[in-house]
Amino acid sequence: MPGSVASFIWYFGTALELAFVVCSIARKSFARYFFLNLYFLLAIGSSFGRHLFLSKFGVYSDEYHYVYFYTDALLTLALYVALISLYAHVFGELRFGKYLRLLALLLLLGTALFSYSVVAQSSERLSTSFAYELSQNLYFVGLVLTYLLWGAALKLRETRTRLVQFILSLGLYFSAYAASYALVNMASKYGVVSFLGPALGCLLPLSWTVTMWRHSEDARLIPAQLVAVPR
Amino acid sequence: MMAALIFVISIATLFMFFVSYCRSLVASSSRHPLSKEVRDVTGIPVSATGRDFVRVMQLLQLCPERPEDRTGLQAVEMYYGILGLMEKTVARLLPAVHFWAEQERAGCANFAVVLLDRRIAFSREILAQQGEF
Repeated sequence: MPGSVASFIWYFGTALELAFVVCSIARKSFARYFFLNLYFLLAIGSSFGRHLFLSKFGVYSDEYHYVYFYTDALLTLALYVALISLYAHVFGELRFGKYLRLLALLLLLGTALFSYSVVAQSSERLSTSFAYELSQNLYFVGLVLTYLLWGAALKLRETRTRLVQFILSLGLYFSAYAASYALVNMASKYGVVSFLGPALGCLLPLSWTVTMWRHSEDARLIPAQLVAVPR
Repeated sequence: MMAALIFVISIATLFMFFVSYCRSLVASSSRHPLSKEVRDVTGIPVSATGRDFVRVMQLLQLCPERPEDRTGLQAVEMYYGILGLMEKTVARLLPAVHFWAEQERAGCANFAVVLLDRRIAFSREILAQQGEF
């Protein structure tokens, strides 16, 4: 079983994920942000599944490793879908929204096929550092996509407070995660870096829950105030 | 090599997203009209300057905390600290950075004043509820 610090981070993160879903139901925004909720529901399900396998087979078992890495891949995919849904929110009111949905679907299928081909070719290497490299790359792609989305939101002068803060929180999360995976790859001998990933995992549900709770869907902000250097 | 490159780029974007996130927090409170009470308590007539931040933070600690404010306040406090560090280092060489950092610090102080205003209103609500019993 993991140590007390790791267990605390795990339970705390799951509680925050649940808090976001409850909060979005309470604020009547579950359907509007369905894919964000779906991601957290899958994350909660994965936590239960992992806990079940952990208590049954132990932390060093192959069964637990496979459940861990497959649910991780599934969650990364779900987070990509959540990110695409934020793209749809930003570009939703434009005329090319239909093409964007098609592009998003193609991107999703492409990501799924790529992930499947990588896993199919290298299933025996999943429990090694290869899994870390794959996650590092996937999170980095997520970071690039979020950066592009943020650029588009600024260009389109997005004013919806909730949407802006969801995108920025996701950017923070992807940046921190990609950096932590890269750090683990570079300095895995230091035990403390192993706590970085799970601790950063709490960041996204925390900031999204705060945003959902603090701001209504009607809350607006002035786009010019978001640009660090005024144009 | 690849990991190092990803690490450097990720840290740079982490900083960029953090600054933007803090700016969005500050911007979300910029439209809040300040009550007369908070103006009297803080002695700030129209808008706060960067130097008011520490004093307003001390006043904030005297009021009952609203749980939904905690995360935002911590983020803005950290941002204010980074700006302070910039003022002591980079801004001494570049006057434009000094001007920008001072504006940002004023924004942070305004955010804290709005929070103080909300906490005062919250305290008053609690007192009113207690008075009903």
